[in-house]
Amino acid sequence: MGGQTQELTADVLVVGGGPAATWAALDAARAGADVVLADKGYCGTSGATATGGTGVWYVQPDPAAREAAMASREGLGGYLADRGWMTRVLDRTYANINELAESGGYPFPTAPDGRQPRNGLQGPEYMRRMRIRARRAGVRILDHSPVTELLTAADGSVAGAAGHRRQAGHPYRVRAGAVVLATGGCAFLSGALGTDTDTGDGALYAAEAGAELSGMEFSNAYGIAPEHTSVTKTAFYSFATFYREDGSVLEGAASQGGRSVIARELLGAKVYCTLDRADPADRQAMRLAQPNFFLTFDRLGIDPFTQRFAITLLAEGTVRGTGGIRIAGEDCRTTVPGLYAAGDAATREEICGGFTGGGSHNAAWAMSSGSWAGTGAARYALGLGRAAHTRAVRAAGGAGLRPTGRGGVDHREVIAAVQGEVLPYDKNYLRHGDTLTASLRVLDDTWRQLRSGLRGDGRDAIRARQAAALAANARWMYRSALARTESRGMARRLDFPEQDPAQHHRIATGGLDEVWTRPVKEPV
Amino acid sequence: MIELVSAARCIACDKCIRVCPTDVFDRGTDGIPVIARQDDCQTCFHCEANCPVDALYVDPRTRPQPVPHHEDELADSGLLGSYRARIGWGHGRTPGALQAIGPAFGTAPITS
Ligand SMILES: Cc1cc2nc3c(=O)[nH]c(=O)nc-3n(C[C@H](O)[C@H](O)[C@H](O)COP(=O)(O)OP(=O)(O)OC[C@H]3O[C@@H](n4cnc5c(N)ncnc54)[C@H](O)[C@@H]3O)c2cc1C
Ligand code: SF4
Ligand code: SF4
Repeated sequence: MGGQTQELTADVLVVGGGPAATWAALDAARAGADVVLADKGYCGTSGATATGGTGVWYVQPDPAAREAAMASREGLGGYLADRGWMTRVLDRTYANINELAESGGYPFPTAPDGRQPRNGLQGPEYMRRMRIRARRAGVRILDHSPVTELLTAADGSVAGAAGHRRQAGHPYRVRAGAVVLATGGCAFLSGALGTDTDTGDGALYAAEAGAELSGMEFSNAYGIAPEHTSVTKTAFYSFATFYREDGSVLEGAASQGGRSVIARELLGAKVYCTLDRADPADRQAMRLAQPNFFLTFDRLGIDPFTQRFAITLLAEGTVRGTGGIRIAGEDCRTTVPGLYAAGDAATREEICGGFTGGGSHNAAWAMSSGSWAGTGAARYALGLGRAAHTRAVRAAGGAGLRPTGRGGVDHREVIAAVQGEVLPYDKNYLRHGDTLTASLRVLDDTWRQLRSGLRGDGRDAIRARQAAALAANARWMYRSALARTESRGMARRLDFPEQDPAQHHRIATGGLDEVWTRPVKEPV
Repeated sequence: MIELVSAARCIACDKCIRVCPTDVFDRGTDGIPVIARQDDCQTCFHCEANCPVDALYVDPRTRPQPVPHHEDELADSGLLGSYRARIGWGHGRTPGALQAIGPAFGTAPITS
C-alpha cells in the first residue's frame, strides 16, 4: 500500500511531538545536530500536554522552598525518588521555563501584586510555541508520521526508525546516529483527555531493542471527568462535594486521597458532584486559568458550581502514573546504546517515586528529560559522524508487523481484550493478587494470539502496533504489580495493604514473549 | 466528538485536517473537510481552536450524537467558536494565557 519509501538521514531522530519531544529536538539542534522529529499526530496539538495543559514544578531557587518541594511527595512516593535527580529537574525546569518566558514567547500572566507566576502552562499555547521554536532551530518536523519500529545496527545499537506518513500516503525511514523516544505514556485508549495518541508505543519499541522498563506497577492513575466526556482535568475537583444518587454525601470521597472511594461506589452506582466549595472569586479565576475545563459544562448547559452532575473515572495509565523506560544515565540514555528516552515514555520514579507525576512533576520531567536526552543524543550522534548513516540496519519490530503465524487477528479485538483487563476499577484500581493473576492469564493469551496472527500494513501498521503496545504495557504493568507484594505509592494491593521495608526498591521489567521482573537494588 | 463542519463558513484552508492529532478528516472534492473517521475523534477541541472562521463544532460527549446540531442555534447561543475565543486565538484577541491566574488551593498539593 502507498508509494515508495522515503529515505531520510539525521544525526538525531526524535520520536514524538509533545513537550518532551520538542525540548529534545530543540536542544539537540542547539547542540549542533541535524534533527528530524516524527510525530504520530501533529506536533503542536498531539499528546496529553497540548490538550490538557499543565501545572509545572517551577520552584524559586530558595533553599527552603526547594527543600519543601522535594519533601512534598517523598512519602507519598514510597521513598523511591532520588534527591539528586529532583535537584537537577528543579534547576533545569526553572531555566527552561524562564527561557520560555524571556525568549520563547510564552505569554505568562501577571498577578495583581505585579508578580508573574510561571507554574502553569496552557496546552495549546505552549505547544504551538514549542513547534515554532523547534522549526526555527532547524528541526525538520514530520507530522502524521507514526513511527512503527526502530532500526538497529549489527552491534545492537539503535540506528534509526521506520514508519508511515499517513497523510502523504507512503512509508519512510530515518537513518540516524541516535534516537530519542518521547512518545508519551500509555492510557490504553480510555478516552482521557488528549491521550488517544499515547498508546505506549515507545515502551514496546524500546523493549524490542532490548531496553528495560521500570516502575510499571505505578500505572493505575485515574482521572475524574463528567460522565461520557473526555475532560479529565482533576485539579478543580478539590472544590467538589461528591454525592450518591439519593443526594446524600459520599463520605470520604475526594479528588485527592479519596478517589478510591469514588471508584468503589462507581462499581455499583452512579456518583455525582458539585463544585460547591468554590467562592465567586475562585469561580472567576478557574475560568481564566483553564478554559477547557468549562467546555463540557457550558456546552451541556450545566452550572458545575450549583448543579449536580454525574462523574466517571478514566484510566490514565502511565500518563499520570510514573512507569516507563528505564533511564541509565544523567543524559537520559537507556540501557541500549544510541537510544534515549524522555517524558512519559521514560520512568518518572527519579523524581516522583511511586506517586503520580500529575499536577507538576510530569511537566517538569518532560521538559528537563527532553533537554537532556536531546543534548545527550546529539553528543553521541556527532561522535559517530556521518558513518552512522551507512551502517547496515535491521528492522527491530515484531508483534503486529511480522506475525509468526498465519494472521487473521483484528487489532480491535486485541484492544477490547486488553481494555477488559486494565480499565475496570475492580481489576486495576483496587488491585488484588488473585485478580492480577487472572488478568495476566488473559493478557498473556492475548499476546500469544496477536504475536502469531496480528498484522497491519501501510496506514494500518500503526493500529496493529498500538494494539500490540497496549498488550505489552498491560503485561509489564501487572507482572510488576504482582512482584510488589506490599502497598507503596500508587501501587496498592488489597491483599498486601502495608508498606514493607524489605521492598524499598524499584522493580525493573521487560521481555516480550516472556515477561520478567527483577528488583533493582543498585542506586540510580 | 466532532459533529459539525459548516460548509457555509469553511474557507477550505486545510488547517483542521493538518492539526487533528488523530487524523479524523479527509479533504472533500470541494476542499471542505469531511469527517471521515469520527470513531477516532478524541474530543480534544484542537480543530475548533485552530479554525479561523469558527466553522467547526465539537460536542463534549465522546459518542456520536443521534440528533445533528443546528448551526444557527450553535451560533446564536455563542457556542460556535467559543473555545477559540476563550484561549484568545484569532486576529486582534489577547492570548488567554495572559490572564490565566488560577484560584488559590490552600496548602494541599495539586496532584493532577
Ligand atoms: C488531562 C491531563 C492533565 C494533566 N495535567 C498535568 C499537570 O497539571 N501537571 C503535570 O505535571 N502533568 C500533567 N499531566 C501529565 C502530562 O500531560 C504529561 O506528563 C506530559 O504531557 C508528558 O509529555 P510527553 O511529551 O512525554 O508526552 P505527550 O505530551 O503525551 O506527547 C506524546 C507525543 O508522542 C507522540 N507519539 C506517540 N506514539 C508515537 C509514535 N508511535 N510515533 C510518533 N509519535 C508518537 C504523540 O502523538 C504525542 O505527540 C496531565 C495529563 C492529563 C492527561
Ligand atoms: S476534537 Fe480533536 S480529535 Fe476530534 S476532530 Fe477535532 S482535533 Fe480531531
Ligand atoms: S479549519 Fe475551518 S476553514 Fe479551515 S478547512 Fe477546517 S473547517 Fe474549513
